[in-house]
Amino acid sequence: MKQPFEQVVAQHGPAVLRVCRVLLGSHDAEDAWSETFVAALRAYPDLPADANVEAWLVTIAHRKAIDVLRATGRRPLPVDELPETATDPGPPPPDDDLWAAVRALPAKQRQAVAYRYVAGLPYAEIAAILGGSTDAARRAAADGIKNLRTTYPGLLTEGARS
Amino acid sequence: MNDLTPAELGASPDDADILARLRRRLAADAAGADLLDVAYTTVDTPVGPLLLAATPRGLVRVAYASEDHDQVLTTLGERLSPRILRAPARLDPVARELDEYFAGRRRTFDVPLDLGLSHGFRQLVQRHLPEIGYGETRSYGQVAALVGNPRAVRAVGTACATNPLPVVVPCHRVLRADGSLGGYIGGADAKTALLRLEAAA
Repeated sequence: MKQPFEQVVAQHGPAVLRVCRVLLGSHDAEDAWSETFVAALRAYPDLPADANVEAWLVTIAHRKAIDVLRATGRRPLPVDELPETATDPGPPPPDDDLWAAVRALPAKQRQAVAYRYVAGLPYAEIAAILGGSTDAARRAAADGIKNLRTTYPGLLTEGARS
Repeated sequence: MNDLTPAELGASPDDADILARLRRRLAADAAGADLLDVAYTTVDTPVGPLLLAATPRGLVRVAYASEDHDQVLTTLGERLSPRILRAPARLDPVARELDEYFAGRRRTFDVPLDLGLSHGFRQLVQRHLPEIGYGETRSYGQVAALVGNPRAVRAVGTACATNPLPVVVPCHRVLRADGSLGGYIGGADAKTALLRLEAAA
């Protein structure tokens, strides 16, 4: 039995937004979220009733994020560089250090971290999205977390949150 | 630098507001792309919260809280389409007419209706129910005669009980032959409330 799409949005919208942010940064995440859910709504009647809805949505978001990066011709997670002449840079974006760390990750590691830790997908699903083996997906996520901890020590070990 | 777990990557303190805005944008984008097969909203009324749902053709469902709105939406998903979003804009005209009705300032509804949830004799009865004027009542037998099948009293009762558009299609104006209330999808209290409202106006 397939639930009304409104419930899909309510249930998975927040995680998909966080995934889009990790893939693209805040600036493009909202457009990617919107495009993901319009595409998902279009295809929803044909989705098998027993499909993993979260994995399906993340797969769409993955493609939309690639489209966004390709269309803008920019590097992933662009640094918002201010012109030299700017006198008032305004307040810094929240968690500037964190974004710098995420931005520094190779694309595969950033994707694997997003799909494993933010979306909570099994490695088999992540491997299907990224291409390659389940082991490679597991390694990419582990390497991504290790690299993030090096550059952003505030990232806690999972479950060790105080 | 803030401490966080990997699961919190990408979270923002404004996420609730941002998601509310994104969901409104999704409803508008979906309508614009002809993907909004069923739009719905809920409105508060003197007979409790009513679920209102519309296809592009018109109002398709009005549901009392006692029918369980989540269950009603699931059924709409199965019978019409799972492309269902909370999208109040499409329901604005009927919500406005219901406000006027419950304020005693409106006697008929003139929004487009989609009777696609009922078929055959039931739909025939539901098409004729608006001929019972505001503040008037008919017996099940009289309605059977009205639709040209005077012996189908029981079937008229079923048609009223399965009316997908209560309040707007006035099945509350149909009573038993002895003048007693008869059944009602929204319960006896709601039926009485509507009849009193119409008698007072």
